[in-house]
Amino acid sequence: MIVQALAFYLFAGMTIASAVMVIAARNPVHSVLFLILAFFNSAGLFVLMGAEFLAMILVVVYVGAVAVLFLFVVMMLDIDLVEIRQGFLQYMPIGGLVGIILLVELLFVLGAWIAVPETAAVTGVPLPPPEQVPNTRALGVVLYTKYVYLFQASGLILLVAMIGAIVLTLRRRDGVRRQSISGQIGRRREDSVEIKKVPNRSGA
Amino acid sequence: MIADDLMIVLPELLLAGLATILLMFGVFRGNRSTPSVLMLSVAGLAVVFAVLVLRPGAHGDAFGGLFVADGFAVFMKALVLIGSAATMIMSLRYFERKQALRFEYPILMLFATLGMLMMISAGDLMSLYLGLELQSLSLYVIAAFRRDNLRSTEAGLKYFVLGALSSGMLLYGASMIYGFAGTTSFQALAAVFAETMVAGEAPSVGLVVGLVFLIAGLAFKVSAVPFHMWTPDVYEGAPTPVTAFFATAPKIAAMALFVRVVMGPFGDFVGQWQQILVVISIASMVLGALAAINQTNIKRLMAYSSIGHVGYALVGLAAGTEAGVHGVIVYMAIYLFMNIGTFACILCMRRKDVMLEGIDDLKGLSKSNPLMALVLAIFMFSMAGIPPLAGFFGKLYVFLAAIESGLYTLAVVGVLSSVVGAFYYLRIVKLMYFDEPGESFDQPVGGEMVVILVGAGAAILLFFVFPAPLLDGAAAAAAALLAG
Repeated sequence: MIVQALAFYLFAGMTIASAVMVIAARNPVHSVLFLILAFFNSAGLFVLMGAEFLAMILVVVYVGAVAVLFLFVVMMLDIDLVEIRQGFLQYMPIGGLVGIILLVELLFVLGAWIAVPETAAVTGVPLPPPEQVPNTRALGVVLYTKYVYLFQASGLILLVAMIGAIVLTLRRRDGVRRQSISGQIGRRREDSVEIKKVPNRSGA
Repeated sequence: MIADDLMIVLPELLLAGLATILLMFGVFRGNRSTPSVLMLSVAGLAVVFAVLVLRPGAHGDAFGGLFVADGFAVFMKALVLIGSAATMIMSLRYFERKQALRFEYPILMLFATLGMLMMISAGDLMSLYLGLELQSLSLYVIAAFRRDNLRSTEAGLKYFVLGALSSGMLLYGASMIYGFAGTTSFQALAAVFAETMVAGEAPSVGLVVGLVFLIAGLAFKVSAVPFHMWTPDVYEGAPTPVTAFFATAPKIAAMALFVRVVMGPFGDFVGQWQQILVVISIASMVLGALAAINQTNIKRLMAYSSIGHVGYALVGLAAGTEAGVHGVIVYMAIYLFMNIGTFACILCMRRKDVMLEGIDDLKGLSKSNPLMALVLAIFMFSMAGIPPLAGFFGKLYVFLAAIESGLYTLAVVGVLSSVVGAFYYLRIVKLMYFDEPGESFDQPVGGEMVVILVGAGAAILLFFVFPAPLLDGAAAAAAALLAG
C-alpha cells in the first residue's frame, strides 16, 4: 500500500512539475520534452489505477505521434522567443479566464458525481470486473467478437480516408530526380568508366 | 455462429473484398488499368446483385443485431446496385475524354456502394453511422475528383464541410437517444418505446430532441429542405457522371435508412415525427418546384428536381403506414430509372468534345437527334407525373397513402407543386420539339449509352403494362420492414 502511495505521489508530483515546466521553459524544444515527460507520468498514474490499456495508448499516441509532431513543428519553425514573451502580460487575462472556466467545469463534473451518487454505481462498475480480466483483454474480447462488424467497418473508413488523401493531393511532378536503387545497383563498371590509353606527351 | 453471420453479410463481404483486390490491382498496374478496373467493378456489382437476389433465404440479424437483412433491405440494395453499376458504365467515356481517368474512381464508387448497403442494413445507431460515413467519405472525394477544376474542388469542399456538420447533428441526436433510452440497438429501442407507449406516457423531452437531431441529419443526406443548400452547388460543380451517381444510388440508400429508422425503432412515436416530416416534405416539394423554374444549367435544374422528388417520397413516409412505405419504395425505384436515363442524356450533350450543360443547348434536338429527344421527352413527362408514364404511378401511391392517413393538406400541396413543377419539365420538351435547332451534338454517343437510354426509357414507358414485378416486390419489402 505504502509503495503504491509513494508511486502515486511520485507520478503525480512529476506530472505537475513537468506541466509547469512546459509553460515555463524558455526553449520551446525543452517545453515539448517536458510535455513528453508529463505524458509518461500520466501513463504511470493510469497504470496505478489498473487502466493499463489507457496507459499504453497514451504513450503510443501522445508520445509516439503527437509530441513528436510538435517537436518537428517547433524545430521547423523559426520562433523568436523574445517576440513571444512580449505579449505575455497582454494575453494573461484571457488565459486566466480560460483556466478559471476549466476549473469551474471540473468542479461541475465532480459536483454531479456527488449530487447523483448512482452515477458512480453505474459507471464505476466495469464489466467484466477488472480483478478477473485485464482491461486490454476485456476490450479486445468485445472488439473482435461482438463488435467485429463495426471494427471492420471503421477499418474500411480509414482505408477510404487514405485513398481520398492520396487521390486529392498526390501529384507526379516532372523534373524531380528520384533515386533508382535497382538502377544504381545494376550499374556496371563499363557503363561509367572508360579506359583510354594516353600516349606520351599528348594528353587524352 | 460467426459462419452464419458471414453468410448473411455475404454480399457486403464480396463487395469489400472486390474493392480491396481491385485497389491492389490498380495500384500495381497504374492508371492505364482504369478501364479494366471499371469493367471488373461493374462485373463485380453484377455478381453481388446475383448473390443478393438469388439467396432469398439468407435473412435475419447478424452480429447481435448490428446488421439486419430482410426483404426491405434486399429490395433497396438491389436498386442501389443497379444505380451504381449504371452510373459507373456511363462515366467511363467521360473521364476518358477529359483525360482524368484514374483507377481510384471506380474503387471509391465501390466503397461508397458498400457504405450504402451497410446503411440500408443498419440495425443499430452505431452501424448506421459507420455505413453513412463510409458512403459520405467516398462521395466527398469523388465530388472533388477533378482536382484541377475549380468548381469540382469547390463542390467537394462544400459537400465535405456541410456533410461533416450533418454527421455531427446526427451523432448528437444518436447520443441523446442513447442517453435517454440506454441502448443503441433498433430492436431494443423499439422495445423500450413500446413499453413507454403501453404505459401511456409521453416520450421524454430529451428523446424527442434526439429524434429531431437524427431526422435533421438524415434529411441532410436525402437533401430535403431546409437542409438542401449543398445540393445545387455540389450537383453543378461535380463531374457530370458523379452528379448522376449522387442523384441515384446515395439518395435511395439514404431514403431507405430514413424509412428504416423512423418506421422501425420510432414506429410507435408516429405522432412525434409525423409533423416534422410533413413540414420538410411540403417545403421540399414547393422549393423543388419553384426554384427550378429560373435555372439555365441542366445539372442545377436536376438538383432542384431531385429536392422536389425527395419531398414527394417523404409524403409517403409521413403517412407512417405500410401503404406509405410501399409508396416510398415504388417512388424511389421509378425515380432511379428516370434519373439514370436523364443523366445518360445529359452525358450525351457535347459538341466537339465539349460538355454542354445549358438547357438552351437542347434547342431543336428533335430534328438533329430524334431518338434522344424522344427518350428525354419520355423522362421529362414521367418526372412531371403525366399518365400513363411511370412517374405518375410513383406520385399516385404516395398521395393515396397520405390521403388514407388523413394528411389532406400534404396531398393537396403535393399535387399543386407537381403542377408547378411540370412547367419546367415541359419547357425542356418544348425547347426540343418547337425551337429552331442549333448545332447538333456529337455522334455516335456510344453503345453503352444507347443501351442505358433505351433500357431506362422502356422501363418508364412500359411500367403501366407490367407493373406487377415492381409493385409486388415493393409490397413484400414494405411488409417485411414492418413485420421485423
